[in-house]
Amino acid sequence: MKWEVVIGLEVHVQLNTATKIFSGTSTAFGAEPNTQASAVELAFPGVLPVLNKAVVEKAIRLGLALGSKINQKNVFARKNYFYPDLPKGYQISQMELPIVEGGVLPILVGEEEKLVKLTRAHMEEDAGKSLHEDFSGMTGIDLNRAGTPLLEVVSEPDMRSPEEAVAYARALHSLVMWLGICDGNMQEGSFRVDANVSVRPFGQQEFGTRREIKNLNSFRFLEQAIKYEIQWQIDTLEDGGRVEQATVLFDPDSGETRMMRSKEDAHDYRYFPDPDLLPVRIADEQIERIRSEMPELPAAMKARFVEAFGVSSYDAALLTGSRATAEYFEAVAQASGQGKLAANWVNGEIAARLNRDGKDISACPITAERLTGLIQRIADNTLSSKLAKQVFDALWDSDLSADAIIERDGLKQVSDVGAIEKMVEEAIAANPKAVEEYRAGKEKALNALAGQVMKASKGKANPAQVQDILKQKLA
Amino acid sequence: MTNATLKQLSQQLAAGEVSSVELATHYLDRIEALNPQLNAFITVDRVRTLADAAAADAARAAGQAGLLTGVPMVHKDIFCQQGWKTSCGSKMLDNFISPYSAHVVEQCNAAGLVTLGRANMDEFAMGSSNENSFYGAVKNPWDLNAIPGGSSGGSAAAVAARLTPVATATDTGGSIRQPASHCGVTGIKPTYGVVSRYGMVAYASSLDQGGPIAQTAEDCALMLNVMAGFDERDSTSLERAREDYTRELNQPLAGLRVGLPREYFADGLDADVAKVIEDAVAELKKQGAQVVDISLPNTELSIPAYYVIAPAEASTNLSRFDGVRYGHRAADYKDLVDMYEKTRAEGFGAEVKRRILVGSYVLSHGYYDAYYLKAQKIRRLIANDFKAAFEQCDVILGPVAPTAAFNIGEKSGDPVQMYLSDIYTLSVNLAGLPGMSVPAGFDRRGRPVGLQIIGNYFGEAKMLNVAHQFQLATDWHTRAPAL
Repeated sequence: MKWEVVIGLEVHVQLNTATKIFSGTSTAFGAEPNTQASAVELAFPGVLPVLNKAVVEKAIRLGLALGSKINQKNVFARKNYFYPDLPKGYQISQMELPIVEGGVLPILVGEEEKLVKLTRAHMEEDAGKSLHEDFSGMTGIDLNRAGTPLLEVVSEPDMRSPEEAVAYARALHSLVMWLGICDGNMQEGSFRVDANVSVRPFGQQEFGTRREIKNLNSFRFLEQAIKYEIQWQIDTLEDGGRVEQATVLFDPDSGETRMMRSKEDAHDYRYFPDPDLLPVRIADEQIERIRSEMPELPAAMKARFVEAFGVSSYDAALLTGSRATAEYFEAVAQASGQGKLAANWVNGEIAARLNRDGKDISACPITAERLTGLIQRIADNTLSSKLAKQVFDALWDSDLSADAIIERDGLKQVSDVGAIEKMVEEAIAANPKAVEEYRAGKEKALNALAGQVMKASKGKANPAQVQDILKQKLA
Repeated sequence: MTNATLKQLSQQLAAGEVSSVELATHYLDRIEALNPQLNAFITVDRVRTLADAAAADAARAAGQAGLLTGVPMVHKDIFCQQGWKTSCGSKMLDNFISPYSAHVVEQCNAAGLVTLGRANMDEFAMGSSNENSFYGAVKNPWDLNAIPGGSSGGSAAAVAARLTPVATATDTGGSIRQPASHCGVTGIKPTYGVVSRYGMVAYASSLDQGGPIAQTAEDCALMLNVMAGFDERDSTSLERAREDYTRELNQPLAGLRVGLPREYFADGLDADVAKVIEDAVAELKKQGAQVVDISLPNTELSIPAYYVIAPAEASTNLSRFDGVRYGHRAADYKDLVDMYEKTRAEGFGAEVKRRILVGSYVLSHGYYDAYYLKAQKIRRLIANDFKAAFEQCDVILGPVAPTAAFNIGEKSGDPVQMYLSDIYTLSVNLAGLPGMSVPAGFDRRGRPVGLQIIGNYFGEAKMLNVAHQFQLATDWHTRAPAL
């Protein structure tokens, strides 16, 4: 049987506010356990939550970027369950009236664009951490993370392959960083993904029974976990079994998912509006102010790059993969007036080198200004593409400008007709066999001669000119 | 000194007739002598109190005394107070020394008030009789066989027995007004949001409100001046200009429109209580007040609405008492769930467990709409009743409770009977209105009966005015039990 995969994602985006969602305690990562937990996070008797307004602002930013509806009245609710790293015995979240509803996120799968619909995004507090190692049979509780603001972004079950799910997660990841609302650090848990996965016979309307894979903190694990889960579900169904609704965990070591709790163990969270917090009211003016402060969004920027710099739609999509890359590209394209060349270098050599060195564009050793210097020398024919590559290597490893490197290493392309003619004549004299073959109609022989000239010029001769002069002399 | 009011003590201190240390010593001695009979206190700390009193005297000597500097007081054991055990009447918090102070406590400390001790109460403020304390029942100073009312029974009994001039208290469904009524003292529950809930151990967050219990309305006004005020740490605290609650005390009552809700004088009201209220109304009429017949048709629904909403909120407010970080933890357990279960089974008393169960039930999947949402709708209806009533009158008068204090043990086996006795107080909390109880007489057994005054939102100054004028003309509030 042919199976169709259905995937929806719930992403926990940690918002990069300086303080926690319901107290003035710092959110900085990595402090000694329980040093960033005030009486509020410890849930002492009598303490009360006070909403950090920056959280609302950041949620609105995301909502506007996704074209969502911003609920101008939204309500915090208590989600009740007992766990040692949840000190109040309930998580303050949103249920019936979340701050953000609806919206779409465009994703790029291969070279295809697809629109994924959003269900909602709601504000909530993160829990602390339970540490099961290093305490000889006991569990340690670290409440530093408790109260860190989260936006839980829930998609519709619109994805049909692991690749689409990863593309969606990547697009959302780059968007929240683009908007400056999340540091995007997946190792530190700033962006965590839960995947709801089901399969159904191709053509069937109803969804299959889903299982939810919890807490995936890398794109690689997301893909591996979904792939394993799909295969497990298909195998189970094809063996005549049934998929039961469940929550599962992915074990990166074994590459398998395993059951955490079944539907029977599912909590009744007893949601109800938190009486300690008033409904959040958002004025039109606040939304308009945030809208006016929004950075240009990836889709708009992409269209503008195609229009203004003549780059391909595909290149523009890559360039707008992150705000830093887009800004870098735009600076080079503007200053050099060479959009296509700039796109080729940013998406080509720069991307490859950064990838090789595991660096982000913000840590690129070649500034936009220095890359502009290189591109200008390519555009004005000072550098052949081969020489340009050489200059690029030198740019990567030094702080010199392209011009200084060209000067230092004498890499200027030779376009002086007299000098090239001299070298061509020498090559003709030294290679009578090739001359003979060319004259006998073997076009390729010309390349051998041109190669000799380039070699004699140490690569600096203008290749087009060499070809022209060779043809002239042999005519 | 024993029967002196807060105001008088403040004047004596200012005149140098008495020192704060002398006052504290006087009250500590009385507590030591009388508390064994009354059980109104959970914690008394003589050393600490005398140190605070000495500091108050020093401040006065340095010319830094305010109006209430050096006056002794008592805090209900629900207000977190740094360095003091804050048990909330529960075994769960029997070992809990608060690391911080409630806003109310901070305000009292800033005003220079000296804490004599911590008042007994129904566990987590759940109860109408003060029989639900881990530390044992509080006795009514007027009759040791009678309950003092609850949940602020310790606060009311301590003021009635003159073990303190004033005490803080809280009112979720009548817990200031009903014990004040049963103990023959004056207490006011302000409009919801006037007194910060920060540091007040939460029972039902949307209903809880702190307020004072004292001998007189004037003292209540002085204390409210200290306790009220915006606090950014409580999101439900109202950001309003500070008020002087004494400002209207001396206005005459001529022309005052007094509403008498029919439903508060129907079946179930004890004849003696009815007579006391009638006499009180007659006194106010004598002073020029006009009586208006009004109706609060949804009064009866306040009982089921309250006993859905309050337990619902309580059931999750009390989830933090899990034995993990502070408070009681069971000694032996085999795993996490066992630890939770044993800790909570051991730490909570029967009434608390009952309300957690009821609250969990009404919030559970499939029942939420039928109970919690419906109760919220009733709540709106009740608020609308009051809104309509206050178009016809300035204050509403009625009984606080259907009877004077009942006997200890009389209703403890029948929670529903106990809940029904809250009929006249619950709707005020559901609507978020201010309410107070003023001593107005005694029943045939010599047990005190209070007059309830309900005001419109932020009507505290008006209510205190009515109470003060009533107290100028009567002496019920000056009567003290023989102990």
